[in-house]
Amino acid sequence: MSRSCCIINCNSRSHDSHGKPTGKEIGCYRITSLKRNCSSHVSEVTKTRRMAWIAAIQRPNITSQNTPAHRFVGSLGHITVKCKDLRVIQLEITGMEECLNIASSIEALSTLDLVSLMYPFFYRPMFEVIEDGWNSFLPQNAFKDLESMTDEWRLSEVNKDFSLCPSYPPLVAVPKDFDDETLKKVATFRHGGRFPVLSYYHKKNGMVMMRAGQPLTGTNGRRCKEDEKLINATLRPGKRGYIIDTRAINVAQQAKARGGGFELEANYPQWRRIHKAIERYNVLQESLIKLVEACNDQSHSMDRWLSKLEASNWQTNVKEILTTACLAAQCIDREGASVLVHGTEGTDSTLQVTSLAQIILDPGCRTVKGFQSLVEREWLQAGHPFQQRCAQSAFSNSKPRHEAPVFLLFLDCVWQILRQFPCSFEFNESFLVLLFEHAYASQFGTFLGNSAAERARLCLPEKTVSLWSWVNRPQELERLTNPLYEPNSLVIWPSVAPQSLLLWEGVFLRWNRSSKCLDEAYEEMVHIIEYNKELQTKVNSLRRQLAQLETEDPLLHTP
Amino acid sequence: QKYYHYVHLFLQVEQVRLLDRFSNKSVHGTLYLTATHLIFILHHHIASVEKLSLTTSGCPLVIQCRNFRVVHFVIQRERDCHDVYSSLLRLLRPVCYEELYAFSYNPKQNDQQREEGWQLIDLGAEFERMGVPCDQWQLTDVNRDYKVCETYPRDLYVPVTASKPIIVGSSKFRSKGRFPVLTYFYQEKKAAVCRCSQPLSGFSARCLEDESMLQAISKANHNSRFLYVMDTRPKLNALANRAAGKGYENEDNYSNIRFQFVGIENIHVMRSSLQKLLEVTGTRSLSMSDYLVGLESSGWLRHIKAIVDAAVFLTRAVTVEGASVLVHCSDGWDRTAQVCALGALLMDPYYRTIKGFMVLIEKDWISFGHKFADRCDQLDGDPKEVSPIFTQFLECVWQLTEQFPQAFEFSEWFLLQIHEHVHSCQYGNFLGNNQRQREELQLRERTHSLWAFLMSEKRNHLNPFYSPAYSEAHPVLEPSTLPYHFKFWRSMYHQFDRSMHPRQSILKTILTLKENSRKAESTLQALESVSTLLHIPPATSRLPHSGSEEDEQEEVGEEATESTDTERTVEGSSGTESRKQSYGELEGTYNSDLVKEEPAVVSLEFGVARMTC
Repeated sequence: MSRSCCIINCNSRSHDSHGKPTGKEIGCYRITSLKRNCSSHVSEVTKTRRMAWIAAIQRPNITSQNTPAHRFVGSLGHITVKCKDLRVIQLEITGMEECLNIASSIEALSTLDLVSLMYPFFYRPMFEVIEDGWNSFLPQNAFKDLESMTDEWRLSEVNKDFSLCPSYPPLVAVPKDFDDETLKKVATFRHGGRFPVLSYYHKKNGMVMMRAGQPLTGTNGRRCKEDEKLINATLRPGKRGYIIDTRAINVAQQAKARGGGFELEANYPQWRRIHKAIERYNVLQESLIKLVEACNDQSHSMDRWLSKLEASNWQTNVKEILTTACLAAQCIDREGASVLVHGTEGTDSTLQVTSLAQIILDPGCRTVKGFQSLVEREWLQAGHPFQQRCAQSAFSNSKPRHEAPVFLLFLDCVWQILRQFPCSFEFNESFLVLLFEHAYASQFGTFLGNSAAERARLCLPEKTVSLWSWVNRPQELERLTNPLYEPNSLVIWPSVAPQSLLLWEGVFLRWNRSSKCLDEAYEEMVHIIEYNKELQTKVNSLRRQLAQLETEDPLLHTP
Repeated sequence: QKYYHYVHLFLQVEQVRLLDRFSNKSVHGTLYLTATHLIFILHHHIASVEKLSLTTSGCPLVIQCRNFRVVHFVIQRERDCHDVYSSLLRLLRPVCYEELYAFSYNPKQNDQQREEGWQLIDLGAEFERMGVPCDQWQLTDVNRDYKVCETYPRDLYVPVTASKPIIVGSSKFRSKGRFPVLTYFYQEKKAAVCRCSQPLSGFSARCLEDESMLQAISKANHNSRFLYVMDTRPKLNALANRAAGKGYENEDNYSNIRFQFVGIENIHVMRSSLQKLLEVTGTRSLSMSDYLVGLESSGWLRHIKAIVDAAVFLTRAVTVEGASVLVHCSDGWDRTAQVCALGALLMDPYYRTIKGFMVLIEKDWISFGHKFADRCDQLDGDPKEVSPIFTQFLECVWQLTEQFPQAFEFSEWFLLQIHEHVHSCQYGNFLGNNQRQREELQLRERTHSLWAFLMSEKRNHLNPFYSPAYSEAHPVLEPSTLPYHFKFWRSMYHQFDRSMHPRQSILKTILTLKENSRKAESTLQALESVSTLLHIPPATSRLPHSGSEEDEQEEVGEEATESTDTERTVEGSSGTESRKQSYGELEGTYNSDLVKEEPAVVSLEFGVARMTC
């Protein structure tokens, strides 16, 4: 191994030309070098290099406790690398010094603080970008669709410089009759400045779903007339709406002491408030850690497995989130009412609910592009702090305060619906797994940063490649599309009974089981479907030819 | 409807409400009670009837079926309800076999067809297929008149060196006379799987004939110097049996045996385990936590895993070590049947086909005397004898189909159908406790065979992903028995709770597609012959070979897809009403008319529908 750093243009060396350590803390190992313009060879090299990079910098998380690097058998050292995609790799390295160096390198590199040192800033795409993903889902385009359905909303630039609400995008959809001045007043009344904005318009009956941060009522019940007027403006005359608070009532009560709170009936007489108990993000992280621990338990005891699965509470969280999303969808579609969803900050459980409700209600969100657009709108633009939430994944002995599998839970819920309606989604499970992987570690810039403001500051569109640029190429799409897909224009109501919800094996047991048999069966399914299509095509073409002959020669009669 | 012509109508009650188990949905209708059916339910399916206390809307009646259907009726008048209740109690407890449905069921077949149905499975031919008789194993006529063991079949296979005195002596030393006999022969290694009941060893008794018998089995296999003896019970149970003069083999008395306990619980533990499981899963608005805790405390999956573990042990001993194995439990008709049958299924791809699976059940369960009548409560018998042993076997097979989706010719619908009819008593196959009893009942002459019916329905039970090539490449299955590979079998225990199942079925879709492809192939051939007559260049009309890419992209593009008549059950908004409650919180809806029920028809699920209407 040579001894220069593998970060492109880093050029730092940990060893001098004779292979002696220079005494710096970090030992550097160059994994492979990239040669330019060597077409066939290059992609292979890049791939290896990328793998090495991902393994070395992004995914693993080695800590002094879980690194048995100090354990030596003769001259062999062992390193356990626990990856963000939940894979656990054991390395056996000859040479004590090498082993220690590798361990400390990985450890240092896997805990980089500086965003600009992240891999996406160094990654050069080895594929041709057909459509730049950074421009695929601009808010103004999404708004054009809305305009074709209703004229009651307008796109406001009030947050153009991110000053009103740092976690909102520069453009947001608000009721048409409300000017930016009023919005500014409302923003002061909502947590993080997150005033109510449009999340979804239900074309079927014109009902809407909005999302916001919690109202800052505090202990003395502060009110804001503009806030009340704003959300009332979304109601049809004589109709009432539902406010879905994702927190249990006692949690919402407690929030008052810290300046937060909830909408009081007296001030919002046209709204009915429903409290659901979706766990806060820090609790969710505990749940993930316990679940992963249970899945990696190699003991053969059934009781132990079931009790650990139960104790992790993961499936309970899935059920709760899915139930709340169904409730929101039900209010809109069945009750014909508008809905406002919020929790505390409005950046976690709120987004889980609003995005899942759209999957249930809107067939468009069940296509590949539609789902990308949903992730872009309801997660990235809506200000889910990916950088904070998806930093370390399940294996981490330091407890990062903001770490939480909020997005992973959303994907899990989507997978549950996909399992129950296997023909209604254009994408397959692989697509969801791919999003999970890239949210945590990626060569693309899509999931970097915590908000639209941060992404703008980091100049991601200029300096990094968008995940969508890569995904939306035919060869990738082919792998990610569901062969069973048949557009289904209906609202799809999943079952939330515990017996209907399964553990997402594709993520949590992915590295613990052999999926060969399942993969082969999937291929067989693809084969059956393609063969059928092929046959139908041939039958039709032959029929047409015969029909043509018939018209040309009326004497001929075909059966 | 058609059976109503033949049967006497006992009772007819108007204005009955049928409640959904997990929601507030209900259906109004009329309840008919006949000698064998209650509307759509066979009496023999009914496990228990319960009258609940009177409510304002009427008198509720809860019926639990053996196929895990739970029906909740509300009958307006209490007298009617009581009539139904008492009639049912009378009807579902037949005292003799002749009262069972199989003796009145008539699928309009003549005697020859009936006879052919019974001849479908031939166990003699099955042993021949395994390579028996051979130089080491022979057919013995010792039990020709059921004199040595009345719960065994007439035809039994034993080592050639086992003389009649040895057999008879051994049988006297075994519980219920069930001496060691061959059940599966693994030709490749000449290793045998034998079965028997526990020895009557007590604390010190021994039997030279029994020892010679085991010696003979061991010697029949030249590949291994020893014989495994698998006691499928937990050690504690076996120890307890010693006090009653039974017990297990003492390794000191038997030369060259390796003794092993496996630890599958007895019928009573299994019965209460299932009961607990059903209690948990039957709870309305069940929380995830209660579900998982209940799943664990019921122990059901633990028992399932124990059985698969035992089968895996058996399979490894035979296929890897090439050793012969003798399997027993107490009487050798419950756990022994489970382990022998499941082991054979893992070793031999034939048993993973539809026909082969029927043969397997016929051999290890029916002919070797699994007490179906007692275990499935066919007659009014001892409730302590009832136990879901066979259901567990079917579930173990299902768990394997989940791990090996391409290894089985049949889908879970096949397993569900078999389960259905083990309890329906519509066919003669599972009636009675052993072959001798079946002969006395003249089932072959008086009832029909389920296997013939299932064969005629074969297409419905096919697994579209089945690959014979896979079986060739993997003749022996090696399942993982890590706990997370065992799942709750929703399609079995909630078969009739439609709202819990996926709204779209991959299995159904792919089966339909395969069927369409089959039709398209013949259409294509017909068209092809026409076009050859008309001299259309054959290039475009060739039957496509799967996977081959042909340059027809242009045509694909402009082609109207007129004949893609794939029937797909796309269910979207339907079913919301039934789920309204589970999402909760909307009790005081502003528009009360929204809560009104959808007009619905009782939908007949797969299986029951065909049988009853």
